[in-house]
Amino acid sequence: MSLNHIMPVKFALPDLGENIESGDVIRILVAVGDRLAEDQTVIELETDKAVIEVPSSVDGTVTEILVQQGDTIAVGQPILEVEAGEAPAVEETPPAVEEAPPAPVPAEEPAPTPIPPASVVEEAPSVPTPISTDGPVPAAPSTRRLAREIGVDIAQVQGTGPGGRISIDDVKAHSKKLHAARGAAPAVAVPLPDFSQWGAVERQPMTKVREITAERLAQAWATIPQVTQFDKADITSLEKWRAEYGKKAETAGGKLTPTAILIKVLGIALKVFPQFNASIDIAQREVVYKRYFHIGIAVDTPHGLLVPVVRDVDQKNIIELAVELSALAQKTRERKIGPADMQGGSMTISNVGTMGGTAFTPIVNLPEVAILGVARSQVEPAYIDGQFQPRTFLPLSLSYDHRLIDGADGARFLRWVCTALEDPFIALLEG
Amino acid sequence: MDKAQLAVIGGGPGGYVAAFKAADLGLDVALIDPEAHPGGVCLYRGCIPSKSLLHISKLLYEAKEAEHWGIQFAEPEIDLDKLRSWKDEVVAKMTQGLGQLVRARKLTYVQGRARFVDPHTLQIDQADGRQGSLQFEHAILATGSRPAVPALFDQPSDRIMDSTGAVALHDIPPSMLVVGGGIIGMELGQVYAALGTQVSVVEMLPGLIPPADRDLVKPLHNTAAERFDEIMLNTQVTALAETDDGLAVQLQNSDGQSFSKTYAKILLAVGRVPNSEDLGLEHTVVGLDGRGYVQVDDQLRTAEPSIFAIGDLVGAALAHTAAHQGSLAAEVVAGHEKQVFAPHAIPNVVYTDPEIAWCGLTEEEAKEQDRSVEVVRFPWSASGRASTQGANDGLTKLLIDPQTDRILGVGIAGSGAGELIAEGVLAVEMAALAADIQHSIHPHPTLSETLMEAAESHYGQSTHLYAPKRR
Repeated sequence: MSLNHIMPVKFALPDLGENIESGDVIRILVAVGDRLAEDQTVIELETDKAVIEVPSSVDGTVTEILVQQGDTIAVGQPILEVEAGEAPAVEETPPAVEEAPPAPVPAEEPAPTPIPPASVVEEAPSVPTPISTDGPVPAAPSTRRLAREIGVDIAQVQGTGPGGRISIDDVKAHSKKLHAARGAAPAVAVPLPDFSQWGAVERQPMTKVREITAERLAQAWATIPQVTQFDKADITSLEKWRAEYGKKAETAGGKLTPTAILIKVLGIALKVFPQFNASIDIAQREVVYKRYFHIGIAVDTPHGLLVPVVRDVDQKNIIELAVELSALAQKTRERKIGPADMQGGSMTISNVGTMGGTAFTPIVNLPEVAILGVARSQVEPAYIDGQFQPRTFLPLSLSYDHRLIDGADGARFLRWVCTALEDPFIALLEG
Repeated sequence: MDKAQLAVIGGGPGGYVAAFKAADLGLDVALIDPEAHPGGVCLYRGCIPSKSLLHISKLLYEAKEAEHWGIQFAEPEIDLDKLRSWKDEVVAKMTQGLGQLVRARKLTYVQGRARFVDPHTLQIDQADGRQGSLQFEHAILATGSRPAVPALFDQPSDRIMDSTGAVALHDIPPSMLVVGGGIIGMELGQVYAALGTQVSVVEMLPGLIPPADRDLVKPLHNTAAERFDEIMLNTQVTALAETDDGLAVQLQNSDGQSFSKTYAKILLAVGRVPNSEDLGLEHTVVGLDGRGYVQVDDQLRTAEPSIFAIGDLVGAALAHTAAHQGSLAAEVVAGHEKQVFAPHAIPNVVYTDPEIAWCGLTEEEAKEQDRSVEVVRFPWSASGRASTQGANDGLTKLLIDPQTDRILGVGIAGSGAGELIAEGVLAVEMAALAADIQHSIHPHPTLSETLMEAAESHYGQSTHLYAPKRR
């Protein structure tokens, strides 16, 4: 049974992605008493990015509208109340049909009505062939503005109006087509069985973050021949030093975490091993070497995994990095960062140490070529000077793009990082 | 040092619109201009005073025309001081109004002249004698233009005036040579002719109002030929000397014939040049073209990332174009980074009697671009409204794409053309078809029906104009 059968249901403004937190209701397209179908446009919302049509994720009869034209509403705020129950024919159909997966709804999409499956997209549009004229594009100023705003080249849009005139709907349809074409590849998924034959299931749409994560990791996995190497750094003295100077960082407003120190060490390692601070441009048969040192940090948030980037780590000391990292992690968890804050990394650190584990195989964050995984440090006996001594070890996992980085380089890089953690003087000496 | 998110330099219709828009979008804005209030050339010395005077000029001619309809007025007596002060009042009222809007929006208004010290700092010579400086995140340059003065005319003489001198209305000279048969020359020439000056006009090119289609200029040419002493086309001034009776002017036509005439005054109206000097642009990487215009991209950005430029300074040459550029530049500064200035139709209006207005594609341009267009003309001799006001010499025409019936350009000659062209602008911008205009009910009797009937004739015959079948 889908959630839609519980009645009445409140439909709230869904997560629209792109860091859109709120918007102004410019049009309400349903009225009390209307029969509302899933994916039917409910309101038009003006955000600072574009005018977005908000589709319903529920179906049923509208019993109350909780917003007014002109209201500024936030993500999560109820828009209307729907009573599902006066079951028309659709409701009688078996659950498998009822629960047909909602098509993915890209958030930057201005008109997030469902994207037709790829086969439909390929079909020739049933509009008259465009009449090519060399004059200005036949579209009103408001239509041209919208196209620019959402990044559609209006010259490519097929006008369906008289004389090939392009309407706002034509622009939206074109944008939808582009998105469908872009999203077509990962959408071709393994056919799923009907799970409900084995018990109750519930379907939920992917969040935007999940959707992007799925897409990007699949892309990285499919593109990069990855190798993961493991090593351990003896951080016994580093831990003493960290306890000793932790106060200093705290006074400055940060926390002297192993990650903050690793950011600094990694920044220097990238200087020593420039092929790790690179990207592969396979189309051009070129390697792009970066002259900047930005480190991405995988942050676990309630919305999913996000990777904000700490910039110019070579120009900041560890205290500064600790302060910046604390603030950035906080901002990320509160989802106050934008797409630009998550771009341009040289390499990424994924630290799962607080959660545990002895080692893992992180996936390279395309278009970077390496990622450093950090597991939980452990006290282990180490045979030193003829006897076993308790030492603290930090397990590190380095995954890299084997197209660019040879195994020996991978081993050298990871050992260098370990040595630098054991004896920071190395970093000073070579970095 | 004072700070602002946006500094707008120049308070003309480009600059003040930019400043107001930016303030409305939430930016902290400083507007800098040498005058006490915004307005610029348009309000102080251009559009507004000249339109006030053209209104008077039209009134004088209509009173004279009325004798044909049975109404005889006595010769008008012109109280020049009173006329001047009325015009000045119009200007004062409007500029003070803008001053109020500045205060209402809580803009910082600095009366003075600004110069760049570096790409984020202005030094300002304030009108109160103080030296100020202002640090800004972005600047919009809107310093406009001034009348061009060719070397031949660059001499200290009370008898040579430009448009500024003409609208100042010092006196009504017995005779005047208007150098330049363009928009400004023809408008101000008509004002002085109406006030009683014997006006002659000399134009280097073969026709008046060079950028307009010839059929649109014809009614004006005919009227001017009646009211002016002489219209000398294909003719240039080759020498100039001040004598006791006035200015002895040597003229030469394209056949090489030279002749000389004497005029009490010369009104120089040969174009305008951008005010791009003395702005400290050398402390920035803002680039100028060979004629001194600031080079900008379609978002009005100069080569210096913090500086935008708009209006006459970038070659706009029209107040309404400057205003739209100003608005767009303000939007881009405020973060609407994807918008560009890309109009399909900019209206041009000559506020003479009769008026001329056009927008979008002209027939001349279509010829140059080798573009096939269908042109439909509706002569005002078939317009009832035109007949009621003795304006039968007017003309409305549409340039239509033969494949799609889309309106590509509109041209109007006749009384009120400047008001009528707005419908044409909307049609071109909206990509309207001739059928859209044809089937929109226009009020009767008005001149706007001429647009409807022109559109109708594209599909055959129009109600009030029957022409033998063309195809």
